[in-house]
Amino acid sequence: MTTHVLGDTGVLTGRSLRHILRSPDTIITTAVTPVALMLLFVYVLGGAISTGSGGSYINYMLPGILLITIASGIAYTAYRLFLDMQGGIFERFQSMPIARSSVLWAHVLTSLVANLTSVAVVVGVALLMGFRTGASLGAWLAVTGILVLFTLALTWLAVIAGLSAKTVDGASAFSYPLIFLPFISSAFVPTGTMPGPVAWFAENQPVTSIVNSIRALFAQQPVGNELWIALAWCLGLLVLAYAFAMAAYRRKIS
Amino acid sequence: MTEAAIRVRGLEKSYKELNVLRGVDFEVERGSIFALLGSNGAGKTTLVRILSTLLKADAGTASVHGFDVGAEAAEVRGSISLTGQFAAVDEVLTGRENLMLVAKLRHLADPGAVADGLLERFSLTEAGGRKAAGYSGGMRRRLDIAMSLIGNPPVIFLDEPTTGLDPQARIEVWQTVKELARNGTTVLLTTQYLDEAEHLADRIAILHKGTIIQNGTLEELKRLLPPAEIEYVEKQPSLEDVFLALVGERAEEAEEKEASR
Repeated sequence: MTTHVLGDTGVLTGRSLRHILRSPDTIITTAVTPVALMLLFVYVLGGAISTGSGGSYINYMLPGILLITIASGIAYTAYRLFLDMQGGIFERFQSMPIARSSVLWAHVLTSLVANLTSVAVVVGVALLMGFRTGASLGAWLAVTGILVLFTLALTWLAVIAGLSAKTVDGASAFSYPLIFLPFISSAFVPTGTMPGPVAWFAENQPVTSIVNSIRALFAQQPVGNELWIALAWCLGLLVLAYAFAMAAYRRKIS
Repeated sequence: MTEAAIRVRGLEKSYKELNVLRGVDFEVERGSIFALLGSNGAGKTTLVRILSTLLKADAGTASVHGFDVGAEAAEVRGSISLTGQFAAVDEVLTGRENLMLVAKLRHLADPGAVADGLLERFSLTEAGGRKAAGYSGGMRRRLDIAMSLIGNPPVIFLDEPTTGLDPQARIEVWQTVKELARNGTTVLLTTQYLDEAEHLADRIAILHKGTIIQNGTLEELKRLLPPAEIEYVEKQPSLEDVFLALVGERAEEAEEKEASR
């Protein structure tokens, strides 16, 4: 059966991508909140925020906005997975002679495509609002790589939520803290302005290192150690989430 | 080959304190229709889920098409098809896309042709291009069963295939099931409708509180009761007869119209 893993995953990914194409509102909805936040921060709050970096505020906060986009986008992955299991089509797939893991991988790949599309929409709006970067192709690729890793890590978290949720609301509720996490990081204001314990948390949580790395790449500055910390967080989270998701999946199907 | 298509021995399954199956034994002959009759909660669905490798039994053995459901699950999945209690169709896709999806997953050569053939056979050709979300209950069930037939699996499980269907759609499902058995497919169906078992099945097993309490042909089951006494009763048409006579073929057209709206 393993010989068909790729083919089966391809067929099932085509199916869920078609779901997104037929209801593109999920991509729009994913992009709307970050865009609204961007407008709020740039045109309302941004004037009063001093980042100490001298550059435009939108350049400063775009990396955090991109992470919020992904954190809200993956809720749809949990939601779609949950609906599949509710509707009985999941059982149909499980009782067919197909590679069982391809059912999950299809959702993961679809999540990747959907989230990168939402991210592209948000970057497009940011460019209209004055975001500028002289980043080289290599730097863009590095940014994309980090975002792909971050999306994969959060997507596998979403898979755990989708597999173990009892209700539709439960399937997507897990993403709220993730969406909130960038606010207690260097995404919108420098961590130096926060009181001691909060600053400590902000400096040592994954979002800060990821945001700083992307910001440095966009600003053509050296990324230094931050990049490795960011990659370690993403990979560590990815491996853990994948292991737990697979364990949850095996419990579900056996 | 005379080996039974399905063989179940001492099958047990419990959920925490609840013993759903407490030692189930039966065999299903190749190419026959076997009805598992039982009230809600008798364990029918649990049994079907074990036989279709979705659930592991706590004790006992079961083989389908000669393969053990525990040790040779992949081979079992290659020989069966499951139509669950709730129509497992993708509502976002069209009827045709649903059929093509299954055909591709079964690695068939020409998924489009397979889909068109089944749409024709299940009188869904006209509806084939529409999203399944807009189908009526009967159409959805027909699509569901059509999806199950792709790849001609030798054993088919139908879990309460007519629950929630109107009388006409029910008769259509019955005709499909009979046709399948005529072509040599083994069908195991569960039902809570006595007339359905009476109508379709070569053998009927009654599942009650987790065990099979009777298993036989309709004639054998009838013989369990004292011989019939002759009573003279005025033959009244049943409400179903009246309904079907009044509605006739028009219901099908109406259904198509309903769905195309």
